[in-house]
Amino acid sequence: MSIASSFSPVDPHHIGHNNLALGAEGAATGHGEGGPAPKSVIVPYGFWIFLLSDIVMFSAFFASYQVVAGNAIDAAPRFDLSNLAAETGCLLLSSFLCGIASLCANRRRLFGTEIFLLLTGILGAVFLTLEIREFVGLIQQHQGPADGAYYSAFFALVGCHGLHVTVGLLWLGTMMAQIFAKGFRQDMLRRLTCFSLFWHALDIVWVAIFSLVYLMRFTP
Amino acid sequence: MSQQGIEAERAGDVAPGLELQGREDTSRGLRSYLIGFVLAAGLTAASFWAIRTHAIYGPGVSVALVTLAIAQMGIHLVFFLHITTGPDNTNNVLALVFGVLIVFLVVFGSLWIMTNLNHNMIPTKMLMDMQR
Repeated sequence: MSIASSFSPVDPHHIGHNNLALGAEGAATGHGEGGPAPKSVIVPYGFWIFLLSDIVMFSAFFASYQVVAGNAIDAAPRFDLSNLAAETGCLLLSSFLCGIASLCANRRRLFGTEIFLLLTGILGAVFLTLEIREFVGLIQQHQGPADGAYYSAFFALVGCHGLHVTVGLLWLGTMMAQIFAKGFRQDMLRRLTCFSLFWHALDIVWVAIFSLVYLMRFTP
Repeated sequence: MSQQGIEAERAGDVAPGLELQGREDTSRGLRSYLIGFVLAAGLTAASFWAIRTHAIYGPGVSVALVTLAIAQMGIHLVFFLHITTGPDNTNNVLALVFGVLIVFLVVFGSLWIMTNLNHNMIPTKMLMDMQR
């Protein structure tokens, strides 16, 4: 036993290393007593940092939207509340089913994983269709991105989210094919974890969009 | 955690929470997702209700919307993204806290500065009169 471990036998700073390997000492300095964290912890952590930086980018779009919306003299577009409710429901259910898919993957159930991923993708595609239909409607009413400061900010923010959903759908299709072709290898499971993080994070951004951008226009 | 999971963890290729799960773990996970889904759906419904009802004092509706949105984001983080206060989550929480700080600075900093600039600007009408 080293000197350090005499006063801090197990996980002294609660950083999660060495919860299991009691008494085992890592040879590498700076890696904690349990050795370096496993790849399946490090990869989602790195992806989590990417997601947070993505959310910071969204916050810049939010800030510009809020500034413009507070000062713009453009007439507010007439948002369709039932369309908004359908979009929100689709994305929330899609996020939920993505979680179920990851549960299936943890049990190594190929059929369940693929089915729930497919349902996730279908609901995501329905969301995207509804959003594009709304955008087309707005552009036809001359409320497109080039028709005023308010609409520019609105389309930049909501369109950026829609773009993320599109990329997510492409990733989802790739995931389904890869899991089907390569099975539940460790790297596939890591990718699936990252994908579900991405999909849930997109839902968080949508929560901010539907309440702060859409519903805010309906406040008395 | 199963014995198999512990061995796999020592081999360095599986993380806690990601090991091959048994029936119990799956039902616990399913329950967590279901609770999260019901709570998130309830908060979404509450947001849609808040803009129709007259039960909330008019100018307070926007505050209610912001509160409900923040609550729902918290629900998503806990039940869907599994951000907890557990020791294995310290790094994730620290990154999240830093991210929230930056988001707060960007959004409220922009609003603050732009409002201030707006106050100090010549009103548009006066500007147009000067250009005449």
